[in-house]
Amino acid sequence: MTGALKATPLNTVHREMGARMVDFSGWDMPLHYGSQLDEHHHVRRDCGMFDVSHMLVIDVRGRGSRALLSYLLANNVDRLQQPGKALYSCLLNPAGGVRDDLIVYFFGQDWFRLVVNAATADKDYAWLAAQRDLRAPDVSLAARRDLAIVAVQGPHARARVGQALPEAEAVASGLDYFSAACVGETMLARTGYTGEDGFEIVLPAAAAVVLWLRLRELGVAAAGLAARDTLRLEAGMNLYGQDMDESTTPFETGLAWTVDLKAARDFIGKSALQNAAAQRHALGLVLIDKGVMRGRQKVTTAHGDGEITSGGFGPTLARSIALARVPVAVKSGDEVEAEVRGRGLRARVVKPPFVRHGKVLITI
Amino acid sequence: MTTPANLKYTNSHEWVKQEADGTVTVGITHHAQEMLGDLVFIETPAVGRKLKQGEQCAVAESVKAAADIYAPLSGEVIAANAELADAPDKINRDAYAAWMYRLKPDNPGELAGLLDAAAYQAIADAEKH
Repeated sequence: MTGALKATPLNTVHREMGARMVDFSGWDMPLHYGSQLDEHHHVRRDCGMFDVSHMLVIDVRGRGSRALLSYLLANNVDRLQQPGKALYSCLLNPAGGVRDDLIVYFFGQDWFRLVVNAATADKDYAWLAAQRDLRAPDVSLAARRDLAIVAVQGPHARARVGQALPEAEAVASGLDYFSAACVGETMLARTGYTGEDGFEIVLPAAAAVVLWLRLRELGVAAAGLAARDTLRLEAGMNLYGQDMDESTTPFETGLAWTVDLKAARDFIGKSALQNAAAQRHALGLVLIDKGVMRGRQKVTTAHGDGEITSGGFGPTLARSIALARVPVAVKSGDEVEAEVRGRGLRARVVKPPFVRHGKVLITI
Repeated sequence: MTTPANLKYTNSHEWVKQEADGTVTVGITHHAQEMLGDLVFIETPAVGRKLKQGEQCAVAESVKAAADIYAPLSGEVIAANAELADAPDKINRDAYAAWMYRLKPDNPGELAGLLDAAAYQAIADAEKH
């Protein structure tokens, strides 16, 4: 293991399993364990598991926590009244650009938990801490690097999690989508990044290896970052840093639904968004011709140029798919051209997601 | 996987098999498919096309990247492996069995410039991390 990269509690297990390791935002992570396509199909058809411990859990506690998050997040935490409810939200900068996307969970008793991306973890924490110091000094923030996160995803995920964690079986079987519950020191969230049913399990670092090995014994396939990317792309889910960044607003990146402008509360980026007139919006592309679209490739449309933000291959569709930022006049059903390796290839504009619960949703 | 001793190689990761009839069969090496990852599309050269040594003539596209494949020798393409259209992963499963195209070489002198297994292995090892 190279000294410079950070290791999750499962690093040794990945290496023992023969994983091809890569540097992902300074973390030594498994790209795949042999075949990324096999791993992708296994998740859609059965059950796979991902080590996502590189992401950061931040606990926000104290009487001012709700008001602080109400100001910092573009989605409205007032929607989180019941303990266990979760929300997907952007963290914006004052210009309305996206600093990160995250999930926020509410556990009652003035306790909110955020899960943020690995690449932006330090930046996010620093931003939260600065805003807390300014506006809500009684609120405590804790960067939970003592925790590991294992995502178990697929149609059989619920059964496998119940078998691997018998003490949490009753809780797991009762959880609604986009809800979470704590069982001892383990948090189970019925969330994921694949478009399949599944759980993201947040647990003490010391317990991660035992859980992983138990799941493996139950036939759950280990899946790496490569499969994670093809799954999320088919599910029409954004990747921060690729589909959106600090220079793009939620409106241009398919995330208007995550912004609550209606409520009276103020939040960072609100006035910028209220005054924004988006010239472009995000849609999906399916390649009609043979080839693979890649990020940053140009898209030519009848209404002007756009660009691919995330491009790749959808194994379940057996076709190339992409997320793209295109002029607002471009709509689902249009035929456009993607410039792939110097040639204009035909693509159909579609509304994502491409695949959900193992089923292809779009027509070419 | 050991690099087969009975084949010749290029430093752009193609393998070359000399057939009894003087033609050659071309594919990409195990190391090449390992670097590329799961393959999803293979573009082979058209039968009848005349190639110059070093000319880009095929494409191996994986989920993560597209790689140009080059002609190891000058000559005419006499066959292309049609099985790769529906099953590009054959190359991932056995790179030396899954041939891409066959050539009738027109410059026998070029053969001597190809690498032997040991020389190619050294290149592959240097690239591994």
